[in-house]
Amino acid sequence: MEHYNMNLTLKIWRQKNKDDKGGFQSYQVKDISSEMSFLEMLDVLNEQLIHSGQDPIAFDHDCREGICGMCSLYINGKPHGEWKGNTTCQLHMRAFKDGETVTIEPWRAKAFPVIKDLIVDRSPFDRIIQAGGYISVNTGNAVDGNSLPINKDKADASFAAAMCIGCGACVAACKNSSAMLFLSAKVAHLALLPQGEPERHSRVMNMVAQMDKEGFGACTNTGACEATCPKEISIANIARLNLEYLTASIVAEK
Amino acid sequence: MIDAKIPAGPLDDKWTDYKGHCKLVNPANKRKLEVIVIGTGLAGASAAASLGELGYKVKAFCFQDSPRRAHSIAAQGGINAAKNYQNDGDSVFRLFYDTIKGGDYRARESNVHRLAEVSANIIDQCVAQGVPFAREYGGLLSNRSFGGTQVQRTFYAAGQTGQQLLIGAYQALERQVALGNVKMYNRHEMLDIVNIDGKTRGIIARDLVSGKLERHFGHAVLLCSGGYGNVFYLSTNAMGSNVTAAWKAHKKGAAFANPCFTQIHPTCIPVSGDHQSKLTLMSESLRNDGRIWVPKKQGETRKAVDIPEEERDYYLERRYPAFGNLVPRDVASRAAKERCDAGFGVGTSKQAVYLDFAEAIVRYGKIEVGKEGRENVSEEDIIVLGKEVVKEKYGNLFDMYEKITGENPYELPMRIYPAVHYTMGGLWVDYELQTSVKGLYALGEANFSDHGANRLGASALMQGLADGYFVIPYTLGNYLADEIYSKAIPTDHPAFVEAEKEVSDRINTLMNIKGSQSVESLHKRLGKIMWDKCGMARNAEGLKQAIEEIKALKKEFWSDVKIPGIINEYNPELDKANRVADFIELGELMCIDALNRNESCGGHFREEYQTPEGEALRDDANYMYVAAWEFKSEGNWELHKEPLKYEVIKPTQRNYK
Repeated sequence: MEHYNMNLTLKIWRQKNKDDKGGFQSYQVKDISSEMSFLEMLDVLNEQLIHSGQDPIAFDHDCREGICGMCSLYINGKPHGEWKGNTTCQLHMRAFKDGETVTIEPWRAKAFPVIKDLIVDRSPFDRIIQAGGYISVNTGNAVDGNSLPINKDKADASFAAAMCIGCGACVAACKNSSAMLFLSAKVAHLALLPQGEPERHSRVMNMVAQMDKEGFGACTNTGACEATCPKEISIANIARLNLEYLTASIVAEK
Repeated sequence: MIDAKIPAGPLDDKWTDYKGHCKLVNPANKRKLEVIVIGTGLAGASAAASLGELGYKVKAFCFQDSPRRAHSIAAQGGINAAKNYQNDGDSVFRLFYDTIKGGDYRARESNVHRLAEVSANIIDQCVAQGVPFAREYGGLLSNRSFGGTQVQRTFYAAGQTGQQLLIGAYQALERQVALGNVKMYNRHEMLDIVNIDGKTRGIIARDLVSGKLERHFGHAVLLCSGGYGNVFYLSTNAMGSNVTAAWKAHKKGAAFANPCFTQIHPTCIPVSGDHQSKLTLMSESLRNDGRIWVPKKQGETRKAVDIPEEERDYYLERRYPAFGNLVPRDVASRAAKERCDAGFGVGTSKQAVYLDFAEAIVRYGKIEVGKEGRENVSEEDIIVLGKEVVKEKYGNLFDMYEKITGENPYELPMRIYPAVHYTMGGLWVDYELQTSVKGLYALGEANFSDHGANRLGASALMQGLADGYFVIPYTLGNYLADEIYSKAIPTDHPAFVEAEKEVSDRINTLMNIKGSQSVESLHKRLGKIMWDKCGMARNAEGLKQAIEEIKALKKEFWSDVKIPGIINEYNPELDKANRVADFIELGELMCIDALNRNESCGGHFREEYQTPEGEALRDDANYMYVAAWEFKSEGNWELHKEPLKYEVIKPTQRNYK
């Protein structure tokens, strides 16, 4: 792999707090190595800003290995940037060329208000889980793990949905700011398992109601969520969600 | 000061007897008892959820924007449990034995045995919660091997086991939040504990968004705040992982045990340059199929694929034929360092070894061909089939490797090197997980108790969940049963006022330094001192130098750190400064502890103490104890020794040959 250095112009959204109007500001960074991660490039900029007495850019990040779901940048018009199936922290600078201008924004969605600069409030996701994204089993009630064999294909499909990291890129990518991919991933994870059966109907009804309450938009099957999801969660989960919701609605009407 | 309170009786019966005789709190009283939980990783989330289910009033705190992001989420390989589903000779005793031996005989028998006993319950609990573990075609749970054992007892969910277990615990926690039993405080950081009449009664927390300080009362406080690997700056920990909660507790009376016991994980992606902010682990599970090697020739310049088989040194298989690539982490890390130091390293930095899947790909390919009963299959087709199998097992790890390095590990061997990963040391706790301060508990990686001087792979998840789901619900009740007459203490009590003032003064002091060096640059320097002198190999002279260098760095930090912004706003630089100030103090204690321990054991390798073959040489006569350090004043600690008594296992020289 050929390594190279680059100079970049960064157009970054700055916003002091949730009440501030905010706006773009431009910055220059020099001698960025193609081996750096995108967030390490922002670290370089922040060191520069601190030394020149300016306020560093606030952005969410933690594990920096693509699994915690904390990082959340809109890079050149795409959540988590250009690479497919990727988080911002795993985007590396070899994706950029010398002299490029890179635009960095926070997630944009009414339900995710900006806290500062590039940081948004994603607590609606926690509240959607609180509405039913679990199996009601208290500690100490479990039977032997192997007493309940589960078809491997179903277990695998459940796992594929459970891989969601709750980053919110699906919402940010959606023109309607819909949280359907996030919600459907949880509904599918639990609906595909026999353990999820007893609460299957109430779960989907309550979670959808909470999603609506939080101010997320509706799904119009554009597929931008699936295309941008760092864990490549399939849009087929939304179809499953709709089926679950419809079934639950009919059962509820009885 | 330290009494481990190990129940009497035979090892097998201790936990059962304890559970049968500990005090209970009736449901009406539980509603009046308040418990504070710091951190929402596996230990914290499972504890908060389980205590909420029992009816206690729980407040849980995390510094991330959601409890689901705690760093347990990044654990990859798996979780051990003595289920013996594979019929390969596993048992509670064997898991207990492997863990004690893996820890190089520096862990407490009673705690480890309890851990092994409850391990099976953890799997059942997680399955009941809907954790999608890997399964066989018959629908039953699948297992794989991990280092330091000869059985298959590791349960997993691809390379994302920690994520799936944490999501399970997080969901259980959110359910309790919805039921009103747990109140969750996101983006909050604990900055001090509040002791009243010798008991912990609350905390001072900072709302990281508004910057405001808050006082919270609790009849008990549980620290589930993880490990302190970031003292090395570069580690596999998350950027925010820190020692602050544990360190504040330490300075308010909780002894800190075996701080020098840190785990350097053998298989991480090597450092690529000075810009590096963190290191990424490649799961130990890869050593099931990957073979580790370096060229036989020093300073080799050929590409890996051009080096013929007979010119490769599979040094782990050569040195440790019984365990081969699956030796414990400390052994594998030291062996990699030894080869690189001797000039056999690979890659541009020469600080790396190969982890090669070529043979596994062919082996799996042939198995697939065999299953399909095909004949005359070309070598290329076998490789294609084999890659598919490897992808199913380790796909996400291979993808991660490719994103970071730009190299395709299906075609080229991975380059790996050891990196700081886990800290076995932590707050000293007794059998009940209570620290040396009454009412203050430590769970998971934040305590010291179960892994001795070296943790075996897939045991951290097991311990975090054991502590939270199955231990603390009993042991905390035993304490709180005597607290039913203690009314909630109003937070205008002088102890709260004073603690808040201390925190506030310290923050003001930090902000007013207005020096010239960023927090990050000072943290990097601390990391370099620690890695060079208190890392994979240590010696008395280096440690003495490190202590002096850290003292000087501490002075420099408190006179020249530069923190931008203001206090009452979202200010990540201030958060970091608070944490790094604590890391500096901890670093000094780690070096003091390493200097005190004149032996090598597990991850603590003192160059002066090794066998002629270069293995760790313990000194059981003089150091078979837990070193519990009591904070006296700045830079001044008193050592308390908890002797380790082995009643069941007979300590021997660890042998993986």
